[in-house]
Amino acid sequence: MTQPAPWQGGARTVRSGGGSSSANLADILERVLDKGVVIAGDIKINLLDIELLTVKLRLLVASVDKAKEMGIDWWEHDPALSSAAQGRERDELAEENERLRERLALLEERRGGELEAGPADDDETEAGGGQQRTGAGRSRAGRGGGGR
Amino acid sequence: MSVDEGALARYVYAVARPFDPAPLAGLTGVGGHPVEAVAHRGLLAVVSPVPLREFDEAALKAKLEDLGWLERVARAHHAVVDAVMPLAAAVPLRLATVYRGEERVRAALDEDRAVFERALDRLSGRLEFGVKIYADPGSRGEPEPAPAAPAGAEPGESPGRAYLRRRREQRRRRDDSWQVAAALVERVDAALREWADAMARHRPQDAALSKAPGENVLNAAYLVAEDDAEGFLRTAARLRDEAPEGTRVEVSGPWAPYSFAGLDRAGEPA
Repeated sequence: MTQPAPWQGGARTVRSGGGSSSANLADILERVLDKGVVIAGDIKINLLDIELLTVKLRLLVASVDKAKEMGIDWWEHDPALSSAAQGRERDELAEENERLRERLALLEERRGGELEAGPADDDETEAGGGQQRTGAGRSRAGRGGGGR
Repeated sequence: MSVDEGALARYVYAVARPFDPAPLAGLTGVGGHPVEAVAHRGLLAVVSPVPLREFDEAALKAKLEDLGWLERVARAHHAVVDAVMPLAAAVPLRLATVYRGEERVRAALDEDRAVFERALDRLSGRLEFGVKIYADPGSRGEPEPAPAAPAGAEPGESPGRAYLRRRREQRRRRDDSWQVAAALVERVDAALREWADAMARHRPQDAALSKAPGENVLNAAYLVAEDDAEGFLRTAARLRDEAPEGTRVEVSGPWAPYSFAGLDRAGEPA
């Protein structure tokens, strides 16, 4: 929801505006499932089930990946949600990748001159830190920097 | 008439003080069934028939796991509640409160009369607004350089050092964004509470579900008297327009006061 309806008016407009009718599903679910007056209906199961569902949705809202770890994956039948979940997974892989690169760079920096020559065929990693004193390392950095 | 007639249950959306139900004509609820009013001794339940087959214990258990079904029911529930709110003092019920027939709805109004009366006293003439704050470090200033690119190395600086420096700068920008967002949360909350009777925090929404960019750092609901709604929204609009770079304020509503309806259940059997 980008532009809620009631902005242009006073309380009266607000009241009849129905500004939340196109509200996003997450906003609606967190209200209708978890809030509102709770009384026992005739269908006895609903209290327990809705509480379980609420727990699941909370997990989903809190962390898709954590829910997955616990084997809760029912939303994956929904293509919109599952593609979003996959996107998130990719993001986390990229983050992890960055963290690993950073550690590698740090380790190589620490070892510095101790390294005689880095692994020759390891172009894609941050091997430059270990090879900085060799001509090969310098030329590699120069080549990569050409795109500046 | 048919065998199915007997298999219709009543789904209750909201309970209100008595009002003229004429404007409900034509309104449909869950499954497209017509919305009806059940008036009983000073209270009025807004209901619609639903097939018991779809809402009995076994069916409900299975259906609640079906996000498509859940979304349809949740939106229908919400739409009926929204339609009722301008007509009368009313409180929304939780999703899927179902009775076997109209007589059972009347009995429930009697049994839980105290709950409804208290909620109606507390909430009538009040609206709920949702306020979310997002921190979006990626949106600030210059784009973050790709960490793997050796570009940006200063003369004599090793690629490893350059990499670490860039990472430190990136992290500092990110930390700044968090601090700015945290300060904004306090400022927004303090300003909005001036107009609100109560505030409730919802769990921050995950981007996977809401698809909103940035990290949701505040997901709050404010209970606002109708007379204060204009001031509340004016203040919220100002805060939204003044939100620092890298942060975003979103306001939704008006909602029925869902987030405040169940708050005085303490001490009552569930």
